[in-house]
Amino acid sequence: MTRNAVEFRKSSEKSSLDGKQQGLLAKAVGIYLGKRDSGRKRFRDWEGARRQAEAIKTEALENLDMYLSRFIEKVKERGGTVFCAEDESSARDYIANLAVERGVKSVVKSKSMTTEEIHLNGALENKGIKVLETDLGEFIVQLLGQTPYHIVFPAVHLSKGEVSDLFHEKLGSEKTDDIEGLTMIAREHLRKEYCKADMGISGANFAVAETGMISITENEGNARLTMGLPKIHVAVVGIEKILPRMADLALFLQVLPTMGTGHWMSCYNTLVGGPRAKDEIDGPEEFHVVLLDNGRSKLLADKESREALRCIRCGGCLNVCPVYQTVGGHSYGTVYPGPIGAVLTPLLRGLKQWGHLSYASSLCEACTEICPVRIGLHKRLLSNRRNYADKYGPLAEKLGFKVFAFVSRRPLLWRMAGALASAGQFLYPLVGWFPGNPVKGWTKGRTLPHITWKSFRNMWADRGGKSI
Amino acid sequence: MKITLFIPCFVERVAPKTGIAMAEVLERLGHEVEYPEKQTCCGQPAFNSGYWKEARSTAEHFLDVFNPAEIIVAPSGSCTAMVKSGFGELFKGTDRETEAAELGGRTHEFSDFLVNILKTVDLGARFPGRVTFHDGCHSLREIGVKTPPRDLLSWVKELELVEMEGADRCCGFGGTFSVKHPDISTAMGKAKCANIAATKADFVVSNDPSCLIQVRSVIERNGLAIKALHLAEVLASR
Repeated sequence: MTRNAVEFRKSSEKSSLDGKQQGLLAKAVGIYLGKRDSGRKRFRDWEGARRQAEAIKTEALENLDMYLSRFIEKVKERGGTVFCAEDESSARDYIANLAVERGVKSVVKSKSMTTEEIHLNGALENKGIKVLETDLGEFIVQLLGQTPYHIVFPAVHLSKGEVSDLFHEKLGSEKTDDIEGLTMIAREHLRKEYCKADMGISGANFAVAETGMISITENEGNARLTMGLPKIHVAVVGIEKILPRMADLALFLQVLPTMGTGHWMSCYNTLVGGPRAKDEIDGPEEFHVVLLDNGRSKLLADKESREALRCIRCGGCLNVCPVYQTVGGHSYGTVYPGPIGAVLTPLLRGLKQWGHLSYASSLCEACTEICPVRIGLHKRLLSNRRNYADKYGPLAEKLGFKVFAFVSRRPLLWRMAGALASAGQFLYPLVGWFPGNPVKGWTKGRTLPHITWKSFRNMWADRGGKSI
Repeated sequence: MKITLFIPCFVERVAPKTGIAMAEVLERLGHEVEYPEKQTCCGQPAFNSGYWKEARSTAEHFLDVFNPAEIIVAPSGSCTAMVKSGFGELFKGTDRETEAAELGGRTHEFSDFLVNILKTVDLGARFPGRVTFHDGCHSLREIGVKTPPRDLLSWVKELELVEMEGADRCCGFGGTFSVKHPDISTAMGKAKCANIAATKADFVVSNDPSCLIQVRSVIERNGLAIKALHLAEVLASR
C-alpha cells in the first residue's frame, strides 16, 4: 500500500466512528436535500435538463481546442491576458511572479477549488504576501488552518458554536450563536480587506467561448468584490470549464445552484470579460486568466473516462454519498473528496498514488443517479479499479481471483470449496488471527455469516426439484 | 412457463432457504422450475474488485450454463444487475457481446418478474408482523426495481408495511468493499440498522440477500430484536 492509501485507511477508520461529525453532516445534508428536491421540481423536465447539460458539456469537450482558442482570442481582444498553465507549478509560479512584479502585498480570494488544486495560498505566502479567503466557509477553514471539507460547503463540518469560538479567539468578537451575527462579524472583518488588497483571485464556474467571459455563481457577493475592487484580477480556470455559447448559461446557471446548494438560482451571477475599459469607471486595471491543464488533456485523450471532465463541481454527489457522509471530506486527503474525488483524483494525479480511493465505495450508484451532467461515476470507479488492479493489484489478491476464476469454471471443485468452507468455519476462531486475513475486518463490528452444510443444491434434491 | 433458477453463490451456501422459497412461489403459480446444477457465480466479486479478466472467465461459464434457458429468475437484484449490465461491460467488443446482451434480457429479478412479467401481486401469502423494506442499491438503481417488492408486500395478509427513513440508502455491504473498508462498511450498516430500528419493525425485508447478510450481521452483533428476511420467504409464508 502507498502512503496515501495507508493514511486514507487510518483517517477513514477514525472518522467512521465520529458520530458528532456524521451528525452535523447529516443535518446539513437533510436541509440541502429538501431544497434540492423542490428546486428540481421547478424544472418541467429535470431529466431532459440533465441530458441537455450532458450534451452541451460533451460538445464543448469534443471540440475543446477550438473553443479554447476562441475563448483566448476574445479575452485578449478586450485587453485581458491569458496564461496556459500545463501543471500546477507553472500556474502557481505565474501568479506568484505576477504578484511580486506588481508589488502586491495582500490578496483577497473568492471561493475556488482550482486554486486549492494548485496549492496557491502557500506559494503566495512564501513570497511574503498576505492571502485572505473571503467566502464565509473558506474564511472559517482558513482561520482554522484547514482545507475545505466539501466542494461547495467548505465548513459544513463545524457547528455554529465552534465558529463563534473561533471568531472570538482569532478576531476578538463577542460569542454568539446567531448565524446572522456570525456572518456580520466576518463581513465587518472582510470589507476592510477588500479595499486594501492589491490583487483579487477567483476561480470560474464557466468560461464562455463565444464571448471570452468567465461566469461566477455565488451567494455572498464576496466574489464580485474580489474581482471588482483590487487593481489586478486573476481567474484560475480549469480548461474543462468551457461552455461554447453564452446561451448555454441559461441552463447551467439553473442546474448548478439546484444541485449545488438547492437554490433555484444563486444570489449573484457575474460575467467578467476583461479589465476596465476606457469608458468605464470601475473594475480592475489588469485581468489575467490562468487556464489550467494539470492532467486534464491527458484525461481528455482517454475515451473511456473523459466524461469525468464534464463535472461542474456542484458537489451534489458528495451529498448523496453514504461513504462521504461516513468518513467526511478530510479523510480523502485530496482537494476533491466524495465520489467525484474518488474518480477524478486517480485520473488527474495518478493511479498508483490515488487508485485506492476508487475502492472506497460500495458502488451504490447514488452519485450516478443524481449527477446533473450524467457522469457514470460508478462506471468510472469500476474502470479505475480495473486499471489499478491490472497494474498495481496486490499479489495475494491477484492470486485469489485467479483461483476464484479457476474454481468457478469447475462446478465440482466449486461445490467442494463450498463444503470445505462450511466444514472449516468452526475452525475460524483458531486461525482467524493470522495477519492479512481478509475476513478479520468483517468481524470487528459484525457477526460472521453462517455457511450452511446443506446447500441449496442439497435442499433442492431433497424436495425432488428438477435439475438440469 | 419454464423458469430457470439462477441461485447466487451466497444463496447456495448462506441463505439456501431463500432459493427454495422463491422456487416454491413460482411453482405455486403453476410454473415449471428447473435448476442448472453446473452454475457457480456471476463473477461480480472479481468484476467489482477490478479483475475483469478473471470475472470474464467466470461470466463465460455462466453464459455456457444459462444459454439454453428461456427465462432466468434470481432472488437478487445485484446479481441480476451484474448479468444485465455488468456483462455488457465485460463482453464489450468481444465475440460473445450479443449473446451476453440477449441473456441479460432474459434474466429477471424475482419481484420484478412477478409484478412486471407475470403481472401477479396477490400470492395468497400470510405473514403476521410489522415489516420495513430495504431497497438493494443495484435492484433500485441498475434495474429500476422500486415498487414491485412493496406492491407484493402490500398484498400479504396480516403484514403491516412501514417505510423507514432512507430505505434507498446503501446498507454498506458493497461486496469486497465490506472487507476492504470494514470500518466504513460497518458504520454504514449501523446507520442503516438505526433507521430500521426507528420504525419499530419486527422484520426488515429485502430483495437482495447480500444486503441481508450485512444487515443481519450488524443486527446480531448489536443484539437488536429485528429479523432480516428475504422477500421470497415472506411471500412463501402461509
